[in-house]
This record gives sequence, C-alpha cells and structure tokens, in this order.
Amino acid sequence: MGQVSSAAPVEITRPDAEEETFAVPEPDVPWITLVHNDPVNLMSYVTYVFQSYFGYSKEKATKLMMDVHHKGRAVVSTGSREEMERDVQAMHGYGLWATLQQDRK
Amino acid sequence: MPGHFEPIPGGGAAVALDEVEISIIRSLAVQLLELIGPGEEPAGDDGDPLAELFAEGPSEPPADPVLKRLLPDAYGGPGSAPGDEDELRAYSAEFRRFTENDLRARKRDDALAVIRSLDALTVAGEGGAVLKLSADESRSWLGSLNDLRLAIGARLDVTDEEDTDILYRLPDSDPRKPMVMAYLWLGGLQETLVETLMP
Repeated sequence: MGQVSSAAPVEITRPDAEEETFAVPEPDVPWITLVHNDPVNLMSYVTYVFQSYFGYSKEKATKLMMDVHHKGRAVVSTGSREEMERDVQAMHGYGLWATLQQDRK
Repeated sequence: MPGHFEPIPGGGAAVALDEVEISIIRSLAVQLLELIGPGEEPAGDDGDPLAELFAEGPSEPPADPVLKRLLPDAYGGPGSAPGDEDELRAYSAEFRRFTENDLRARKRDDALAVIRSLDALTVAGEGGAVLKLSADESRSWLGSLNDLRLAIGARLDVTDEEDTDILYRLPDSDPRKPMVMAYLWLGGLQETLVETLMP
C-alpha cells in the first residue's frame, strides 16, 4: 500500500574493511548472517530479537524484519566467520532460522 | 484479560489463566522437553560431570521435522551462494557438534522455567489464577512460547504464509482444529508478552 521506508537511512556504517590501513594477514572476504523468513515467527518477536540481541534501533530492526518477511531473507550482521557463527548460534537460541555464509557479491 | 499478557508496573508481566489453559501449556511444555531430550549423551547416574561438560553434540541434523526446525543447520539454506554441498554439510556438522548441546540446554531451561512457574500457581476461585512473571521469567516464557509455536507449526506443516491462512479457515470437523486453536492462542500470548518486553 503506502510508502513504508521513505526516510533516508541514518545508520552509522562500520568503516569499510578495504580502508583499513594496517596489513591484515589474509584479508578475508567478510561473512554475513542471514535470517530467513518463517511463517511461524511473529513479526513483533523478530523485531524484538533484532533490537535486544544486536542492539539495533526500532527503525532498523523493523526494516530488517520487513526485509525478511517480504524478500525471504535479510543480512542482519557482517563480520568475521567466528562472529557470524556466534550470531547464528544466538539466532537459533531465539528460534529464528539463520545461516551464515561468505559475502560473495 | 484472558489470553493476554499485561505489563506489571516496575517490570514483568501478568496473565490470567484458567485451569484448562494451565494444563494445556504445561502439557505442551512437557512434550517439548521430552522431544528436546537430554541430547545424544543420556546423562547417566554415574555420568562424569566434566565429561558431560566437554561432550560434543551430534553432527547430523535431527530426522524429526520439529527438531530439525528447532535445531537448524547453520550453513546452506535458501538464497545461499552456490557452493560445494559436501563442504556446506561438513561446516554444518562441525557447527552442530559444538553448539547443539548448548542450544538444547537453553530450550530445556526455558521449558522448565515455564513448568515451574505454572506449578507454583495456586488455582483459586473460578478455577483460575493470575500468573505473574519477573522480567527474567518473561524472557524464558517468550523463548518457550516461540519454541512451542515452532513445534506445533512444524507438526501442522506450516511452511508458508498461505498455510497459515488455510489454518484460520479450517472447519470444526478437521482433526487438526484443536492443535490450530492452541497454536493461535499461544500466538496471542506470545504477541502480548513481546509487547511487555519491547525495549
């Protein structure tokens, strides 16, 4: 129906990995945590999980939840493989269906 | 208000439950506990607690569709980059070995917290009671209500939004009807409990 997300995002993005000045031993391609759509999980619950686990604002958490709902999945976090495994484990703890993968774009 | 959690001033949530509702939630939570079980390693009486602590979980996904939904694979899935299936399976297996026991333990603890708070209720006049939860108990309840709905959803084979729509329109004669009623009712409980916890 109406415009849902007309406002420009005001999130502060994490600094780009490419801009790092120190030489990292194996500049890894970042990993991502995906949350998949699931008709059982309540929209309010999914938003609550994104807010309470990731500390995202209500706006960001709601937008991610809507992405999961309408697009089938959304990237909810980015980082090292270990960090993403932690996030996936946490999502499974909340009962959300999450997977991780390398961010091959 | 029946079937609805309301926030308690100062934190926590409360809901009025009648005897039937109490026994339904309790019996579902017990079934969930039985399903989640102690994991691969049955805790024997002479079990070494240290060995238990370091015990590795299984590497294969559960065969039961409900357990499979509660304990999903961490790698692969729809929309994932095309990759080596064997490699993804191996990654999932390794992840499962190191996390599944903890995940089962968390779900068990949440379900036990639900049962404990129900057992602490004194059912008085009119066969009902008011369940009062602290913020911590509310979080356990929230997790367990979600697990119960996932479990029932998997049993009812709810895999897309259309399935849910069909459930709403089931005739009373359908054998799935009681399960569907419980599923929808638990959804209302969870929805109102989330609201009391919204940051």
